[in-house]
Amino acid sequence: MKTVAALAAPNAGYSYAFLDEFAKRELRRRTLKAIAIPGYQVPYASRELPIARGWGTGGLQVTLSLVGPSDVVKVIDQGADDSVNAANLRRFIARMSGARTTTDALAATIVQSRHRIPEERLREHQALVLQVPDPEPLRGVEHDISKAREMHGEADYGLLWLSLYEQLVRYRRVTLGASYPALVHKRYVMSPSPIPRWDVPKLHQARHLTLLSAGREKRLYAVPPYTDVRPLEFDDVPYRVENQRDWTCFRTGLRHKFMNEIPQPGGGSTYEISDTGFVEKVLKQTSGVSVPSATLRGSSKTPEVSTGATYYDDEGRFYLDGYLR
Amino acid sequence: MATFVEPPIPLKEEQRSAPILVTAQPVLQVRGLVKRYGPKIVAVDHVDIEAYPGEVLGIVGESGSGKSTVLRLLNLEEQPDAGEYRLNVARSHVQTCERVNLLALDRPARREVRMFHIGIVYQNPHLGLRMRNTSSGNVAERLIMAGERNYGKLREAARVSLAASEFPLGRMDDPPSQLSGGMQQRVQLAKAIALKPALLLLDEPTTGLDVSVQALVLDTLKRLQRETGVTMVIVSHDLGVIRMLADRVMVMRHGRVVERGLTDQVLEDPQDPYTQQLVHAKL
Repeated sequence: MKTVAALAAPNAGYSYAFLDEFAKRELRRRTLKAIAIPGYQVPYASRELPIARGWGTGGLQVTLSLVGPSDVVKVIDQGADDSVNAANLRRFIARMSGARTTTDALAATIVQSRHRIPEERLREHQALVLQVPDPEPLRGVEHDISKAREMHGEADYGLLWLSLYEQLVRYRRVTLGASYPALVHKRYVMSPSPIPRWDVPKLHQARHLTLLSAGREKRLYAVPPYTDVRPLEFDDVPYRVENQRDWTCFRTGLRHKFMNEIPQPGGGSTYEISDTGFVEKVLKQTSGVSVPSATLRGSSKTPEVSTGATYYDDEGRFYLDGYLR
Repeated sequence: MATFVEPPIPLKEEQRSAPILVTAQPVLQVRGLVKRYGPKIVAVDHVDIEAYPGEVLGIVGESGSGKSTVLRLLNLEEQPDAGEYRLNVARSHVQTCERVNLLALDRPARREVRMFHIGIVYQNPHLGLRMRNTSSGNVAERLIMAGERNYGKLREAARVSLAASEFPLGRMDDPPSQLSGGMQQRVQLAKAIALKPALLLLDEPTTGLDVSVQALVLDTLKRLQRETGVTMVIVSHDLGVIRMLADRVMVMRHGRVVERGLTDQVLEDPQDPYTQQLVHAKL
């Protein structure tokens, strides 16, 4: 095991994990406050990073403040580990911290993600860091940000229900796709970052810690482990996840996972599970090859490839009974 | 969740015979209300107001006399510089409401009182309505704020309330921006009465409407008042409106009450020189 000093030595011009100690301490204190008040948006001083605001700086700062040389980091962008943004962030984190990287959601200690929560159920001692473009769930109904803060203070969220009412009147269904507002610990409504409706229930009573951070808006909030997260819904109009009942992944043959739709030249579509790490694991498991995982750089032993329990089972049922009506 | 649809309180036998001013406690009690804007302007200067259950109190006066400011203060929109404000509601949703000076409450409590006990209709519908939302949504907003989380019940309550204010139900899902002025006032009224408030405030509700629509809206107001027995405070510069609706009237000038009394009495036999001028200043 390398020491922190040795890891920092090649990049002597930088502090360990890029951010200076003062910045990391500030971020950790804000993170602790966010965890102590679930769903509450804590302001923080968002630092300059070698990537532009809006490209995941919020998530990156939280990850850099958490990461240590013994951590294993996974970075996801729209469910993909191999997109340019994910690859860049992963390489940057690894270079600056000496942490190992992986594409296996269950092998990671820190999962930084944009738009998706992995299909496999994350566990205790894992932290999910979500990059948030717009942390304010009230933005759509109250343009005055100081007034929105008062509304948070008074738990005055009626206008969000009013917007649901309006959608039901006009379109006969709730038209919100991503960023569906959710009530955390029966107190604060948060915007769960632009994850699809499919992923919002995964935050409810989750075993892992979720940290949400918006670099441009300088706001940080959290869902601690085993915390209630309820998407807003009417008593008689229950919350619905995306209907992908008849879609089958063309690579794995699986159904009832969140899919990407890939348009085909003929006008039809094929579908692919929107979680490349999970797909790789499923393919390895079904082909029966126990190849040494090339993705686990620096690991000494070859891990047995087996997928963990997923949030939605093969019939499309959510793992917590009675949560989705 | 609080029950928000309540039947009107039946009067006791002795209350029916005796004059209401003798037996009943005032619903609305205001003492020494003062509101200043800056060092020079005194918009409201030591105004006392009382209104009894089922009564319609009119406030008349010229522009700038402070009558609209009084209404905003009654709606707890602004904080006065001095004064006491009590609302004696028969059955309280909010524990803090009875025998408490509402002006001393903190903001969430004030918001709750406004929501459950006070309804308001503005002269300008843009102040009271969300123009981009549907009309039914505007009415349902009140119930959502009160904690109703059942879509079917919200629809039904919006329908009932809009029907009570004689709004054409075929258009209940049109946004107010697409409605005529008279219909917009009806939506405001439906929103104001959705939670059966103890006090209904009307700020020039028919000013800006043409005479025929004005008459229809006034008819609706009068019928609502008769059926629900809600206490109303109506502000208007139009003595015709006051004469038609109000039981008692207060005449304001320069932020002070110059004369008060029964409507017929004040309008037929004004004592104060300003009131005399006002009554005779008809075109």
